[in-house]
Amino acid sequence: MTEMSNTPSRPSALREFWYYFRENRGAVIGLWVFGAFLIVAALAPYIAPHDPTMQYRGNILQPPVWQEGGSWQFPLGTDPLGRDMLSRLIVGARFSFFVGIVVVSIASAGGIIIGLLAGFAPQWLDTIIMRLMDIILAFPSLLLALVLVAVLGPSLTNAMIAIAIVLQPHYVRLTRASVMSERQKDYVTSARVAGAGLMRLMFITVLPNCLAPIIVQAALSFSTAILDAAALGFLGMGAQPPTPEWGTMLAEAREFILRAWWVVTFPGVAILITVLAINLMGDGLRDALDPKLKRS
Amino acid sequence: MLKYFASRLLTFIPTFIGVTLISFAFIRLLPGDPIIVMAGERGMSPERHAELTAQYGFDQPMYVQFWNYLTGVVQGDLGNSFVTKRPVWDEFFALFPATLELSLCAMIFAVALGLPAGVIAAVNRGKFFDRALMSTALIGYSMPIFWWALLLIIVFSGILQWTPVSGRIDLVYYFPNASGFMIYDAIMSGQSGALWSAIRHLILPTIVLGTIPLAVIARQTRSAMLEVLGEDYIRTARAKGMSPSRINAVHALRNALIPVITVIGLSVGTLLAGAILTETIFSWPGIGKWMVDSIFRRDYPVVQGGLLLIAVMVMIVNLTVDVLYGIINPKIRKR
Repeated sequence: MTEMSNTPSRPSALREFWYYFRENRGAVIGLWVFGAFLIVAALAPYIAPHDPTMQYRGNILQPPVWQEGGSWQFPLGTDPLGRDMLSRLIVGARFSFFVGIVVVSIASAGGIIIGLLAGFAPQWLDTIIMRLMDIILAFPSLLLALVLVAVLGPSLTNAMIAIAIVLQPHYVRLTRASVMSERQKDYVTSARVAGAGLMRLMFITVLPNCLAPIIVQAALSFSTAILDAAALGFLGMGAQPPTPEWGTMLAEAREFILRAWWVVTFPGVAILITVLAINLMGDGLRDALDPKLKRS
Repeated sequence: MLKYFASRLLTFIPTFIGVTLISFAFIRLLPGDPIIVMAGERGMSPERHAELTAQYGFDQPMYVQFWNYLTGVVQGDLGNSFVTKRPVWDEFFALFPATLELSLCAMIFAVALGLPAGVIAAVNRGKFFDRALMSTALIGYSMPIFWWALLLIIVFSGILQWTPVSGRIDLVYYFPNASGFMIYDAIMSGQSGALWSAIRHLILPTIVLGTIPLAVIARQTRSAMLEVLGEDYIRTARAKGMSPSRINAVHALRNALIPVITVIGLSVGTLLAGAILTETIFSWPGIGKWMVDSIFRRDYPVVQGGLLLIAVMVMIVNLTVDVLYGIINPKIRKR
C-alpha cells in the first residue's frame, strides 16, 4: 500500500463536491443568502428592534424610513395595527425555516423508509405502495393540503403535517427508483453473499448510494414547503394571526394594498428571496451531485 | 401497443377507487359527529338528527356506505351542497368553464413565451441572453403567486388603472353566460366593448396563473434543446451546411418538444392548485374559489365532491399524457 501513496490521491468526496458546487456562481450566492437567513432566524429575538406583536397605536401604517412620514424607529414602516414590519419579518424568518426543516425531515424520513421498503419488498407490496403514492399524487398538492388542514383544524402545526404528507410521495418514488437500479449491481450481490441481513443491505449498503437525488429533492422541497405554508397562511388555513408568519402577514395586509404598499411588498419579498436562494442552491447541488449532468 | 394502453388503463382503476376512498373518508375523518358538524351552531332536535343520519346513511356499516358512495359517484351523484341544496355535480360543471377558460389562457401565455425563451437561451448558451432568461425563469419558478398577484394589482390596477381588480366582466354588460366561457359569450352577445372588458379582466389572472408554468416550460425547453443540440444528427446537419435557424427550428426543436409536451401535460395539476390562489385573489368565479369558499362555509359535500372531481380530472390528463407519450416515443412502450 505504501508504494501507492505518491500517486495523486482521489480528492475527498466533500472537496470534490465543493469543487463542482463552487463553479455555479448562483448556487454560491444562494448559499450565502440562505446562511444569512439562517442567522437571522436563529438570532431573531435578539436582533428584532421591537416585539413583533406589540401594537404602537400612535404609529398605524407608518411608511418606511425613506418615504415622507417615515422614521428610524420603524425602518420598514408599520402595519395596520401599528406593529413594526421589520421585527415581524425577522421573527417570520423563524417560522419559515421551522416549517422547511420540519416538513423536509418528516417527508424525507417517511419517504425514504417507504421507498426502501418498496424497492426491496416482493412485487405485490411494491405495487400496493406505489399505487398508494399515485393516489396521493393525483390530488393537486395545495388542494390536498388545504382539505387536510380543514379536517385537522387550521394551525401552523397541522399545515406542516399536511404539507409533509403531500410532499412525501416524491421521496418514495425517487428512493425506490434509485434502489431498483442499485440493487442489481455487483456490490449489492456480494454484500448479500457475504451474509448481510436485509436491514444492513437496505440502510448501509444501498441507501448511501441513493442519497444524491434525495438530497437535491430535499433542497427543492424545502422551498416548496415554505411556499405552500405561506399559501396556506395566506388563505387563512396556516399560521393564525397574530403569528408573524409571512403568508399570514400578507393575508392580513390584503385590504390595504392600494393604501400602504409596504405592508404587502415586504413579506412577499422575504418569501421570494428565501425561496429563490434555496432553489439556486438546489440547482447547484444537482449539478455537483449528479454525475450525469456534471459536465453538461 | 395495445398491451401498453391496457396496462396504463389497468393502473387507472385502482387509483380511481383509492381517490374515491380518500374523498369518502374525508367527511368521516372530521372530528365529531358529521351531522352535528354540518348543522353548525344552529343545533337540531334528536328526531331531525336521526332522520338526517339515516338520510346520509351514516347509520350503516362503513363498507355499505362506501359501496353506496362509489356507485353514486359512477352515476354522477355526488350529493347536494348544504348551502345551495343543488347537486354538487351541477355546481361543479357550471363553474368549471370559468376555470378552464382561465387555465387555457394561462397555458397559452406560458407556452407562447416559454418555448421561444427556452430555445433562445439554449442557442445562446452561456451568453448574456441565456443568463438573463434563466435568472428570470428561476425567479418566476420561486414566485409566491399570491403575492405576485397583489403586486400586479398594486401596479396595474392601483397606480396605472389599466386593469380591473376582480371579476370576469364589467357589470354594465349583461348577457346570458350560456357557454360559461366569457370571451365566447361576449363575442356572441354582440355588445360593443363587452369582449374588451372580458379580456381586460382576464389579463392579470392569466399572467399570475401562467407564471410558474412559464418558468418551468422555459427551463425544460432549454435543457431539452441543449441535449438535442449535442446529438450527432445535428452535427451532420451543420456539416451539410444547413442554416442555423433551420437546424434549430426544424431538427432540434421538434425532437426537444417531447419532454416539453410531457411537462405541459403534467402541469395541469399545478394549474389547478394555482387556480385556488389566483381565483381567490381575483374573485374569479371558478372551481378554485368555490372549493376555498366551501371549506370556509363547511359545505362538506362540495369539498368532498370537488376534491374527487379535480383528482379524477388530473388523473385523466396524466393518463392521456402517458398514452400520447407512448404513441410519440415507442421506447417507452417496451418498459
